[in-house]
Amino acid sequence: MRVLNRTAGRLSRHRRGPLAGLAVLLLGLLISGSLYTAFAPAQAQSQASETDQIAQGKELFLTSCAFCHGKNGEGVPTVRDGYQIGPSLVGVGAAAVDFQVGTGRMPMAQPGAQAPRKKVAFDDDEVAALAAYVASLGPGPAIPDESDYSIEGMSEEEREEAITRGGQIFLTNCTACHNFNGAGGAMPRGGYAPNLHGVQGKYIYEALLTGPQNMPNFSNGNLSPEEKRDVIAYLGSIQDTPEYAGFTLGGLGPVSEGLFAWILGIGGLVGAAVWIASHTTRSKKDKVNA
Amino acid sequence: MSNDSHEHPVNAPDGTPAAGSGATAGSSSTTPATYDSHVPSHRESEPIADPGLPPHTWRPTDVDPKAEKRAERQIAGLFVAAMISAVLFVVAYFSLSVGDSWDTFAGMGASTVALGVTLGLSLLFIGIGIIHLARKLMADHEIIEMRHPAASPQEDRDATIQALNDGLDEAGIGRRPLVRNTMIGAVGILGLPAVVLLRDLAPGDKLDIGKLAHTIWEPGMRLVRDVVGTPILASEIEVGDLINAAPEALFPTEENGYPELHGAEKQVQKAKGAIIIVRMDPDDITAGKGREKWTADGIICYSKICTHVGCPISLYERTTHHVLCPCHQSTFDLADSAKVVFGPAARPLPQLPIEVDGEGYLVAQSDFTEPIGASYWEREKQ
Amino acid sequence: MSVDTSKVATSNRTDAATASKPSPAGSLASWADDRLGLATAMKKNLRKVFPDHWSFMLGEIALWSFVVLLLTGVFLTLWFDPSMGEVTYEGSYDQLRGIDMSSAMASALHISFDVRGGLLMRQMHHWAAMIFIASMMVHLLRVAFTGAYRKPRELNWVIGCILLLLGTLEGFTGYSLPDDLLSGTGIRAADGFLKATPVAGTYMSFLLFGGEFPGESIIPRLYIVHVLLIPGILLALIAAHMLLLVYHKHTQWPGPGRTEQNVVGYPMLPVYAAKAGGFFFMVFGVIALMGGLMSINPVWKFGPYDPTKVTAGSQPDWYMGWPDGLLRIMPSHMETVIFGYTISWNVLIPILLVPPLMLVILMLLPFVEGWITGDKRDHHLLQRPRNAPTRTAVMVALMTFYGLAWAAGGNDIIAIKLHASINQITYFMRGAIFLGPLLAFWITRRWCISLQRSDNEKLLHGYETGIITRSASGQYAERHLPINPTSAYTLTARDRDEIYAVEGDTDASGVAAPNSRSEKVRARLSSWMYQHNVQKPTRAELEEGHHHAEHEAELQSGLDHPADGHQFDDHRLRDTDEVPLRDH
Repeated sequence: MRVLNRTAGRLSRHRRGPLAGLAVLLLGLLISGSLYTAFAPAQAQSQASETDQIAQGKELFLTSCAFCHGKNGEGVPTVRDGYQIGPSLVGVGAAAVDFQVGTGRMPMAQPGAQAPRKKVAFDDDEVAALAAYVASLGPGPAIPDESDYSIEGMSEEEREEAITRGGQIFLTNCTACHNFNGAGGAMPRGGYAPNLHGVQGKYIYEALLTGPQNMPNFSNGNLSPEEKRDVIAYLGSIQDTPEYAGFTLGGLGPVSEGLFAWILGIGGLVGAAVWIASHTTRSKKDKVNA
Repeated sequence: MSNDSHEHPVNAPDGTPAAGSGATAGSSSTTPATYDSHVPSHRESEPIADPGLPPHTWRPTDVDPKAEKRAERQIAGLFVAAMISAVLFVVAYFSLSVGDSWDTFAGMGASTVALGVTLGLSLLFIGIGIIHLARKLMADHEIIEMRHPAASPQEDRDATIQALNDGLDEAGIGRRPLVRNTMIGAVGILGLPAVVLLRDLAPGDKLDIGKLAHTIWEPGMRLVRDVVGTPILASEIEVGDLINAAPEALFPTEENGYPELHGAEKQVQKAKGAIIIVRMDPDDITAGKGREKWTADGIICYSKICTHVGCPISLYERTTHHVLCPCHQSTFDLADSAKVVFGPAARPLPQLPIEVDGEGYLVAQSDFTEPIGASYWEREKQ
Repeated sequence: MSVDTSKVATSNRTDAATASKPSPAGSLASWADDRLGLATAMKKNLRKVFPDHWSFMLGEIALWSFVVLLLTGVFLTLWFDPSMGEVTYEGSYDQLRGIDMSSAMASALHISFDVRGGLLMRQMHHWAAMIFIASMMVHLLRVAFTGAYRKPRELNWVIGCILLLLGTLEGFTGYSLPDDLLSGTGIRAADGFLKATPVAGTYMSFLLFGGEFPGESIIPRLYIVHVLLIPGILLALIAAHMLLLVYHKHTQWPGPGRTEQNVVGYPMLPVYAAKAGGFFFMVFGVIALMGGLMSINPVWKFGPYDPTKVTAGSQPDWYMGWPDGLLRIMPSHMETVIFGYTISWNVLIPILLVPPLMLVILMLLPFVEGWITGDKRDHHLLQRPRNAPTRTAVMVALMTFYGLAWAAGGNDIIAIKLHASINQITYFMRGAIFLGPLLAFWITRRWCISLQRSDNEKLLHGYETGIITRSASGQYAERHLPINPTSAYTLTARDRDEIYAVEGDTDASGVAAPNSRSEKVRARLSSWMYQHNVQKPTRAELEEGHHHAEHEAELQSGLDHPADGHQFDDHRLRDTDEVPLRDH
């Protein structure tokens, strides 16, 4: 990777070059190709194999999820500190499973209001099987398609508009908890809104759709699919935008700035003052007059 | 100055009790002392006598011509490095572009980083060079300067007081209380024009604080999504949804017929009209007294403006129905009339009575029934 | 006073400064003096002596960062448009293009993205502001901890406190100007504070904002306060601060040859001027590096101010953090309605009462101390913090209060970084804000007194050499050797504390003097302040101590009697409480 990247500042400009267009085309082909290979066989398969998948999902569910969510995903009624341990999964849809299991939040290490991200416990097929099983319990949001949250294929102008609109929607609906930078923030009683950096568009879309854990949902009647797509486009764009101003210091706002002003600024300058006022080395020799 | 009549146990400058107050500055009974330049005799009563300033010793640069030359070279080197940095600054200024197409450096704005680093290094090299010069090559004999008391000599003080009294006497103000008092009154009353002049900081009816009690909400006004301004179908909202919403009048279209708002007027109405809408299981809601009909099938709407100092508030936890303010962490329970459950706020968030109109959209039943946002002195009077 | 320069490095002039022919500089000087008559003032001041110590340069950081603020600030005014008129942003930052915003925000974005070096200057200005106030505070602590605020410098202390207040206000007005989401949120909170002011608060808010919040007047008004009014007063007060510094001459640490009557150090020309000038460049350089490398206040990410938006981590800059923290830890429901009028204690106490009260306490410190001690002498020698245990402890208590309130202002960031609960942190702070300072006071005072004891031990018994001797009977003892005379003198170069006693009869049996009540309070406070302090040994005690040590050395060399470490057991210090010096 070249360290000094000339004229990479604007995503849009970068894409405007002739080679960039080709790259986009190739990338598009690659993505659609791989998508095809990923989904086409599944579609091509018969109703029977879908039933197989549900059966496989049920098996996985019984061993890994049923302890908290009940044998048929009906949930357990136990409530602790206002949180229901193991809520019903009827009607949460495949999107919720794909988000929770696909990001490693489920299965949880212990019940609680906050489900931290951890290593994903299942492979992609198993996640798909689990999702298929839970989706079969009752109608709920399906796993979004790439086209739902991608701005590929839009014109340059549309893309810019989408990003700008997404930014405003993000600042209205999301920054209150997730911070202006998407760096996350504190919630009551030890909860937190997680960092959004590097989270795949699919998972952000699913989180908006299903409202995992304490997060409110932003169903399609709340934020339309296009608005969700715009938010994801904005998040992608601020991650692709260079940090014009230097190191972000965690992107947490004035608290971390204050900390750096004291530690580096005052610390460094007091260090300089100590050097300036310190005694220089002394010689034991006496001055010989020339 | 201490014209204190008490006799305190005043110590001599070095802390031993003074035999007389002669060596003490500022006591009015004697002339303000001038300090002796020699070590005072009572110092001898100190546990250890002052050994005096230690003799000066030479630095390697004073006695070793090689060290001296080396220091010279180091200092000159620093200054040359400063020059190079300054030139690099100019190069960076003209060669790295900003605006539409920023050059980047390791994912950062190349111009900002390069200009900052070259300017910073240039300045640091100059600074370090000068200080190095002062430490290594400038004469480093410590010298002694005597202090003088901060107070003026007593005769000067007396003369000043005399001059002041003479002046006041000649003015005769003290003998003519009528003149004095009217003069003070005349100058004092100038405060009134000064204060009154500030009245038009908020000219005309802009000072009407009654406006705080009303927002743009009115019966039948639709609730629309913030930013995009689309009306909200009650049937499309799911349990657990949080909608950051606004009054329809802030998104005027030909269809809804609201007048265009601009600039300050728009900001003022935004600042007061912002709302949050949530939907929860209707059984979870503890309706406030007289508020039983303010909700629509579990959809409940509150002012988005915190009652503490007015931050917008929308950190909503759907399982607990609590909403948190990111400024000072006031927490409100939306299922229970938005009562304060934690944090410094004193009052619940005002609730907006809503219903569903003929087309299935959410509309306000009325304006808020109390002023929204931070408390103020006249709040209960309005 | 002149210096023999004959032996200074040969690169320095060795001849006297009077050249045989008038140099161009000389003739310029006489031209100026013919008209301005400056030579009389200059002859003293060009070689004015400044003592050298790192802690004396903290105020300089503030001074130089203020200069950087002026320079970068002027640069920013060339593009900044302090108007709240609505414009549609059409500049280079993609994510905001097409958004309506105020001219102030649009011009801040223009400076950041379309003016070369503009973003650097914005960031340098902001970092310099943070450092300006931080260095004022560090300087204030140095002055307080060393007792430099005592007579005759009380008024300069008061000026310094006002500078701190003005610097803080200047910072607030400054970071409010770009009209981004964070600054707008801050202004809205300030509007809430104003409205909480009893009686006139609502009208004050309307007058300041030119009507209802947010209006379109606040930014132009803050701008003129930020670029003209406060900087003007700051400049005048900084000038007064410096003039008083020159008039009083700088304080110095006690030591051989350094007394209350003199000041020992380097002359302003050349050494001090070079060091101060060099330090200016270093402060400037550090700020430039920070401005170039570290992002501060990225307004483009916050977006323009919109009263319906907010971000997590909405905090003021660090120097406003402690009132914000007090605000956060106020308990719920602190509001009363009296005769139909609302009094918001939840805002009144943490914002309108406690911070001004803290400032008044700070300003009064030297006067209160002077009154309690009844000390009317001029003080030019600094005290080590340990030698004024009560003052040091009071300052540490105030710092603890400040620090806890400050931490409470970042409770949400602490919560996510330490995986704690903001509720728990807040509950903890509600108690700690009262108990912490008390605990800090007590620990600090005992700590100082212990350090005083250890100093006295060094004086009386010498330092611990680490050499362990073993006697014939198998007892072990550590050898102590006397410290060098310079250090010994420096340790004793301090005042003996005199507990203030009421005039006439010092005890309860006396006849009441006219203002006996306040005098009694004073005596009690003086005793509270001083009674536990350890005083330096007298000459007799020192001689006895040395005699003892010599005796011990003799014994040890003869080895006919063990030096077992218990040889000083009976020794007790004068004027102290009854705790034995060594209890082994």
